[in-house]
Amino acid sequence: MIAWTIYLTFGGAVLLLVLPRALARWIALVATIAGLALGSVAFVATPIADLTQFRTIVLAPWVPALGMNYHLALDGVSLTMLLVTGISAVSTVLFSWDVEHRQNEFFFWLLLVVAGCYGVFLSADLFLLFVFYELVIVPKYFLIAIFGSTNKEYGAMKLTLYSFFGGMFVFVGILVAYVSGGSLDLNQLSQFEFSPQLQSWAFPVLFLGFVVLAGIWPLHTWAPTGHAAAPTAGSMLLAGIVMKLGSYAGLRVAMNLFPQGFEMWSKWIAVLAVIGIVYAAAVALRQRDLKFVIGYSSVSHMGFALLGLATANALGVSGAVLQMFSHGVIAALLFAVAGRMIYRRTHTRQLDALSGMNLSHAMPFAAFAFVVAAAASMGIPGFSGFAAEITILIGAWKTYPVAVWIAGAGIVLVAAFTLRALKLSFFGEKRAQDEVTKDTAVNRKEFNPITIPEKIGACMLMLTTFAVGVYPKLLLDRIMPAVETMRFLK
Amino acid sequence: MSYLELLKLASPEAVVVLTALVVLSIGLLAKRAMSACAFVAGLGLIISIGAILPLPAHETLFGGMLVISPLTSLFQIICLALAFFTILLIQAEKASRHPGEYLALVLLATVGLMLLVGSEELLMIFIGLELLGLSLYVMAAFDKTDVRSAEAGLKYFLFGSTASAFTLFGISVVYGMTGTTGLAPIAAKLATTPIQPLLAVGIVMMLVGFAFKIAAAPFHLWAPDAYQGAPVPSAAFIASGSKVASFVVLGKIVLIGFAPAHGSAGWHAMAAGWSPLLAALAALSIVIGNLVALVQSNVRRLLAYSAVAHAGYTLIGFVAGDREGFSAALFYTTIYAVTLVGAFAVVGIVRRDTGGDNFSNFSGLASRSPLLAGSMAVFMLSLAGIPPLAGFFGKFYLFSAALHAGANQALLWLVALGLVGSFVSLYYYLLVLKAIFVDAPSSGVAEPMEHGRSDFLQRATVTVLATAVVFLGVMPNVLASRIVAAIP
Repeated sequence: MIAWTIYLTFGGAVLLLVLPRALARWIALVATIAGLALGSVAFVATPIADLTQFRTIVLAPWVPALGMNYHLALDGVSLTMLLVTGISAVSTVLFSWDVEHRQNEFFFWLLLVVAGCYGVFLSADLFLLFVFYELVIVPKYFLIAIFGSTNKEYGAMKLTLYSFFGGMFVFVGILVAYVSGGSLDLNQLSQFEFSPQLQSWAFPVLFLGFVVLAGIWPLHTWAPTGHAAAPTAGSMLLAGIVMKLGSYAGLRVAMNLFPQGFEMWSKWIAVLAVIGIVYAAAVALRQRDLKFVIGYSSVSHMGFALLGLATANALGVSGAVLQMFSHGVIAALLFAVAGRMIYRRTHTRQLDALSGMNLSHAMPFAAFAFVVAAAASMGIPGFSGFAAEITILIGAWKTYPVAVWIAGAGIVLVAAFTLRALKLSFFGEKRAQDEVTKDTAVNRKEFNPITIPEKIGACMLMLTTFAVGVYPKLLLDRIMPAVETMRFLK
Repeated sequence: MSYLELLKLASPEAVVVLTALVVLSIGLLAKRAMSACAFVAGLGLIISIGAILPLPAHETLFGGMLVISPLTSLFQIICLALAFFTILLIQAEKASRHPGEYLALVLLATVGLMLLVGSEELLMIFIGLELLGLSLYVMAAFDKTDVRSAEAGLKYFLFGSTASAFTLFGISVVYGMTGTTGLAPIAAKLATTPIQPLLAVGIVMMLVGFAFKIAAAPFHLWAPDAYQGAPVPSAAFIASGSKVASFVVLGKIVLIGFAPAHGSAGWHAMAAGWSPLLAALAALSIVIGNLVALVQSNVRRLLAYSAVAHAGYTLIGFVAGDREGFSAALFYTTIYAVTLVGAFAVVGIVRRDTGGDNFSNFSGLASRSPLLAGSMAVFMLSLAGIPPLAGFFGKFYLFSAALHAGANQALLWLVALGLVGSFVSLYYYLLVLKAIFVDAPSSGVAEPMEHGRSDFLQRATVTVLATAVVFLGVMPNVLASRIVAAIP
C-alpha cells in the first residue's frame, strides 16, 4: 500500500507530460496529497510493533543474474521520512501555485524529485536505493537552472556536480559491499560480517559520499549557493527532503553495513558535525541575502543531525532522525516565507533593503509565519526543533561531552543569526515614506496579499512543527524501536 | 559439405549482399530513388534477421571461418538492427545525389560487421575488417559538397589503413609463431608453450589495430574529425555498428585466442600479458576522452571524445577477463551503440533545421521540439550513467564485474578511474542539456521548417530509440540475460 507513494508520484509526473497545462498544478497537488495521505494512513494504521524491523512490503526479482531485486521495506525511521516528504511536497506545490513559466515541465521535475525521495526512503535493495538516489539529482539541476533566480546556472551546476561527486564515492562503496558481501539486499548485508580492514576504508567512502548531500562541513558549500539560486519550490524540496536523503542513507546503509568502520570513524564525524554547526552559524551571521542566511542555517541544523548519528546510541540517533523531520518542516517554512512571500512581492532578498520596508505591517501573516519558523529554528521549547536538538544533545552527552558544549555555543549563534535576520527583514527601522520608495522603487502598499494556497501551506507546516514540538513522542515512539534494532548499536 | 548447405548457413550474409546489389541497380536505373532504395535496403535487413533465426544453434565451418553460435546470432541481429536504424536516418540528410551507392555501401559495411561477428579465424576477421573499413572510408567522404566530409574520409582512411597494416603484420607474426590462424588452435598452442618476445610483438600489433577501430586513446585521433565531418548517418554507423562488431571480435580474440596470455592488471599484481596493455589503453582513453570533451563546443566533436572515454569503460570489462566481464562489456557497447544512433538522429534533424551542430544550434530546442529535447536528454543522461537509464546499469554491471575479477578488488584502481571519469563526463553532457533546456534560442537560427512525411520517420526513430534506452535501463534483464546465456 505505502509503495504506491512512489507509483502515484511517478504517475503524476508522466501525466504532466501528456495532459494540458490547465491541469498541471492540480495533477501535482493531487499526486502529492495522495502521497501524504498514504503516508499518514500508514502512520496511523501500522502498529508500532511492525515498525521495529525493516519489514519487507514488496519483493520481486529484477535482474536475477546480478541478484538485484525490486525490494521495498518499511520501518519507523523510513515512515517518519515518508511523512516529512509528503508534508514538504504538498506545501511545496501550494507555494508554487502561481508558477506560470513552463508550468508542466516545472511540476514534472518537482514530482520526479519527490518520487525519487519516496523511493530512497523505502528501498531495501542497495542498487534500487542508488537508482532512486541518483534519480533525484538531475531534476534538481533543471528545476534550478530553468526556474531559479540569482546566478542560477552556476548554482545549479555546482549543486549537481557536488551531488555526483558524493554519488561517485557512494558507487564505489556500494560496489565494494556488493562484491564482498555477495548480495545487494540491505537486510542480508546487514547480517554479513565484512572484514574490519575493509570496513575501515569502505565506511568513510560510503558515509562521506552520502552526507555530501546532507551538507557536511567542508563539503557544504553547494547548499547555500544552490538554495539561493533555486526557485522557492526548489529550495523547499532541497532543504526539506533532499538533504535528508544523505543523512538517511548514511544511517541506513553506511552505518548499518559497516558497524566496525563506523566505530572507528564516529568521533571524526562528530568533529566535522560540530565544526559544521558552529561554522555555518557564524557565517550565517554575516550574510546579507536572506536566502543565504537560511541556506547556512540548513547546514548548521544538518550538523545537529550528523552529530546525532555520530553519538552511536539510540537516543542520539533517534534525535537525529527527529531532527531530519523537524528541519524538513522548518526549512520548508523558512524558504517559503523568504522566497515566495517576501521575494515574490518585494523583488529583493537583501536584508538591508528589506529592513526599510517595514514588512511586519505590510505582510502581517508572513511576519507571523516567519516568527514561528524562526522560533522553531532557534530551538524554542514547544516547537519540533527543540525536541530534536535536546534529544541529540542528551544522546551526545553520553559519548562526546565536549561536543555538547561546543554545539551549545552553536545554538547561541543560531539564535543570534535568526534574530538578526528576523529583525532586519520584518522589524527593521521604520524610515520616511519617500526614502522607502527611493530605495527599492516599490511602494509597500502595492504588495499583493498573501494568497490562500500560501496560507494553507504555511499553516500546515506551522501546525506540524508545533504538534511535534508539543508531543514528540508521537514520532519518537516509532523511531526509537526501529533504531534500537539496528546493528551498530549492538 | 555441399554448397547448398553452405549457402543455407551463410544465408543472412548472402541476403544482405544480394540486397546491396539490388539497391545498387535500382540506384543506377533511377537517379533519385531515395525512398525506393531505402525501402529495399531496410527490407533486406529485416529478411536477413529473419534468416538468422532458423539457423542451427551451433555450427563451425572451415576451422572457424564461419561460426554460428548463440553469441554470433545475437550480435548479428544487433548489428543488423543498428544498420536498419542508420538507414532510417539517411532520409534526414539533404537528398544525396547517389542514394543507391550510399545504401549499397551501408549494406556492404553491414556484411563486414556480420563477418567480423561470425568468425573465429584471423584471416576471415581481417577480411571483415577491410570490407567494413573500406565501405566506411567512402561513406565518411560521401558528401562531396562539404570539405569537412572529405577531410573526415581522408583522415579516417589514412589512420585506418595504417592500423590495418599493423593488424595484418600482427596476424602474420602470430601465424608464424603458432602455425595456425584459428583462434581456438592458437589458444591451445599458447597454453603449452611459453610466450616468446616475437609473439608478444604480434599480439601488441593486433591490439593496436583494434584499438584504432574502437577509438581507444592514443589511437583515437581520427575520431573527432570523422564524427564531426562525415555525413550524419555515416558517423552514426561508425559510432554504433562498427564499434559493437569491433568489440565483439576484440573480445573473442583476447578471451578465446590469447586466453593463456592474459596476464594481470591488478594494482599490486601486474603481470605481463594483454590485460595490463588493455588496462593502460582503458585508463588513457578515460582520462583523455573525458578531459578533452570538456572543452568542446560542437556536439558531434563532443560525442567523439566521449566515445573515446566510453571505449575505455568498455575495455575494463575485457581487462576483467572472465565471462562476466565479457558479457558486461558486450552489454555496455550495445547500449552505447543504441544511444549514439539516437543521439546522431537528433543531431541530424537539428543540423538540417538549423544548418549546424554547435551548442548554439541546440539552444532552445526544448521549446522548438519537446520530443527531440526529451529524447536527447535521455541519450545524454544515459551516456553520463544516470539511473534509471540503460547506461547506468551498463556501468554498474561493468564495474561490478571488474571488481569481482581477481582477489582483493585488484582492479579497484581502474574502477575508481572509471567513476571519476564518468563524474567528469556529467559536466559536459549537462552542458549539452543546458543549451537545449535552459538557453534561449540563439538569434540567427532559422525557424523550423515544414516537414513532410520523411520527418515523421526520423522522429519516430528517435522516439523508439529513446524508449529503448529507458526500457533497457528499467528492465536490463531483457538484454543482459540473453547476452549472459549466449556466452559459452
